Amino acid sequence: MSGINGSMAHLSDGLFTTAIAVYAGAMVGFTAEYAFGRVGRKLAVAPAPARELVGAGGPSVVEDALPADPPDLPADPAVARASRAERIGWWSVVLCVAGALIHTSSIAVRALAVDAVPWSNMYEFASVAGLVGVLAFLAVLWRLPALRYLGGFVLLPVILMMFLAGTVLYSKAQPLVPALQSYWLAIHVTLVSIAEGALMTSAVLTVLYLVKARHDRKPFGSERLANLAVKLPAAESLDKAAYRVVAFSFPLYTVAIICGAIWAEAAWGRYWGWDPKETWAFIVWVVYACYLHARATAGWKGRAAAWINLTGFGAITFNFLIVNIVVSGLHSYAGLS
Amino acid sequence: MRYLRIAWRRLTAMRTALVLLFLLAVAAVPGSLLPQRPLNPAKTASYIAEHGAWGRFLDRIGMFDVFGAPWFAAIYLLLFVSLVGCLIPRIRVHARALARKPLPAPRNLERLPESGRFETSATPGEYAATARETLGRRWRIVQRAEPSGAVTLSAEKGYSRETGNLIFHVALLAALVLIAVGRLYTYQGQRIVLQGADNGFCNTISQYDTWSPGRFAAEGKVRPAPFCIDELTKFTASYSAEGEPRTFRADVVYRTSVSAKPRTASITVNHPLRLEGDRVYLITHGFAPRLTIRMPDGSVRHDVEPFIPTDPTTFLSEGAFSQPGKDGARQDIGISGLFAPTPVDEGNGKIGSASPQVQDPALSIFVYEGDLSGSGEPHSVYSIDTSKMTRIGTADLHIGQTKRLRDGVSVTFDGWVPWASLQISHDPAQSYLLIAAVAMVVGLLGSLGIRRRRLWVRIAPAGAAEPESPTVVTVGGLARSDSGHFPTEFAGLLERLRGRATPVEPVVSADTIGAGKD
Repeated sequence: MSGINGSMAHLSDGLFTTAIAVYAGAMVGFTAEYAFGRVGRKLAVAPAPARELVGAGGPSVVEDALPADPPDLPADPAVARASRAERIGWWSVVLCVAGALIHTSSIAVRALAVDAVPWSNMYEFASVAGLVGVLAFLAVLWRLPALRYLGGFVLLPVILMMFLAGTVLYSKAQPLVPALQSYWLAIHVTLVSIAEGALMTSAVLTVLYLVKARHDRKPFGSERLANLAVKLPAAESLDKAAYRVVAFSFPLYTVAIICGAIWAEAAWGRYWGWDPKETWAFIVWVVYACYLHARATAGWKGRAAAWINLTGFGAITFNFLIVNIVVSGLHSYAGLS
Repeated sequence: MRYLRIAWRRLTAMRTALVLLFLLAVAAVPGSLLPQRPLNPAKTASYIAEHGAWGRFLDRIGMFDVFGAPWFAAIYLLLFVSLVGCLIPRIRVHARALARKPLPAPRNLERLPESGRFETSATPGEYAATARETLGRRWRIVQRAEPSGAVTLSAEKGYSRETGNLIFHVALLAALVLIAVGRLYTYQGQRIVLQGADNGFCNTISQYDTWSPGRFAAEGKVRPAPFCIDELTKFTASYSAEGEPRTFRADVVYRTSVSAKPRTASITVNHPLRLEGDRVYLITHGFAPRLTIRMPDGSVRHDVEPFIPTDPTTFLSEGAFSQPGKDGARQDIGISGLFAPTPVDEGNGKIGSASPQVQDPALSIFVYEGDLSGSGEPHSVYSIDTSKMTRIGTADLHIGQTKRLRDGVSVTFDGWVPWASLQISHDPAQSYLLIAAVAMVVGLLGSLGIRRRRLWVRIAPAGAAEPESPTVVTVGGLARSDSGHFPTEFAGLLERLRGRATPVEPVVSADTIGAGKD
């Protein structure tokens, strides 16, 4: 029954803050590449048909027909600027990897400090989910380096969530209460964080899709918005990528809920009891089921389905923030008082 | 009849199912935001009291028992019917599709989303055999001959997508049925067991403190398993240095039937005792103070009563003792009290607790004398009705201390024993439900992970297009459902098919050089 290793917990907090700072640097770099880079320009000229690849075990992603090597372009200042932007992009990837390593060690050190899997409260869950998001993005880059310039859109929500985790949701390292002393904690919460991290990516893609689709229908009046939209991959590819991520996450989320039910049966004497957390997991599941059906129904494809996807992510956010903080129930492990 | 048919078609349409599914999600929301009677009756009652007419209105429309409300049931039953109506024809169609041969090749394969073309020196018959072998057994292949002399292959793959889809939905229906069956046959009982001998119980309704049966169990159609929990031999709670709980453990002696041999088991929070058909859970725990009470008539009583924790973090607990005197003598003694495991002075004479760990515990009591029968209004067994009693004194006692009161009454705080609240749960359907859930996941993986795709190969014999031209092979591919990475897969297949084609001998002719370009 060892307690908490205070100095290690402290080290973990320091690493966590450092990881946020490094991610922020990478995000600035990615955004710079997005703004000044060649990729968007290229796409804007010829929106090539997109192809889809399924990564090994990971969510599939869109591969736009982007040239692997820069074609021979006349030497003009724009090209010099583009290659600088590309360099910035690659340095951002390096920063992102460094951030992920620091982030991983923050979680590992916290695990050593509490002598258990460190995802038993909101701070720890948000930290793990953020890491899942970053790792998923890096895995995508491994297969499809051309998507690098979208890094800023992935890192922004991750950084926001980690900032929230480190400030409002923070709770100091504590040993597990008896209810959480189960191997189901590792299984159930890991699955939930992977599924929800991936669904967050799907929501980001869906927002980009809606922006792009809106621009395709009626170009934005504001030049700034138009510039942003023009550089995005084709609307159809974004939509398809968002769908593929949900197709990957939905079975995972289903398994996560089933594991939760098995755990609830062992801990609380029933597999399902409409505890607020369970109710919202049900709502999230049903909304994403709606999304999958909507994509197969005439008249619901495209934007209507996209809004259902965002509703689903809204429900996930509600389940994470409001249900943990405002509504009390059996899943009250937020660590906030 | 016609309207019925239209209504049925409407109900089983995907669009309707989608709306019903969405309604289901929306309908569940109030169930998480408003207090629910089955989960927390006390909170529900106080919410209704606080909100007056609004609260009573919400109550009337079932907002405090959303998941038992008729309108919630209406949504999922409609969804259920819609699903059945949608599934039956789909199963029929899919069975037919499984039995049917792949469709003949379309006339122009090069118009398909994916296509390719190459030449070979083999005859159509020879190359058809090669191609079938190259594609392998994973494709369902049908070979046909066309009047022009060309040979076509029609190949299909990915039937398990629809199979998975149907498995998922059938398993979902099965899961809903199993949940309903479980609800009918289930029962749950709770019982507080004091540590020590002679406090055990057997699995019969009368021995539970609370009992919540499903309909069939309530009607007596379910016979509870005949096991007994004979004794809570030891309850252990351990805490970290900061006072955070670390472990709770109940060591019990039990028999699986009255005549069986007693066995021992440890029940902890995540590890219930699993018996045939029933599970025994450790739900909560608490303290039971022990008193020696000298009654007004001079008799001495020993009493121990479980106190209920009112504060889940400090385990400040409250409870009561009742000792009846002689009938009609109005000399009953009633004691209500607070038990503080680690007492602190809250000021103005009130006692509080600093921690759930026991360190020199204190018992704060109010002692009453008179008639325990009170006004006859119902009240909790952890309190006494003092309406026909007189308070004869109060005291804060530590272990071993005695308070002497009027009429020779005295109260001694002898000590305490822990108690554990055990819950017995019975749901005969839950293991089948798990099987259904696993089938749902398997179906889902097939339905979302597999793609249906079709491939056609047309092998035109040599000289068909023009004299001396070699055998020409055209390949076309089509992915039904979300195309995914089919283009990549098709490119790979095409490469393999081309690789197995015996190359055409270079012919020195101006015409063929032009035609040989693919």
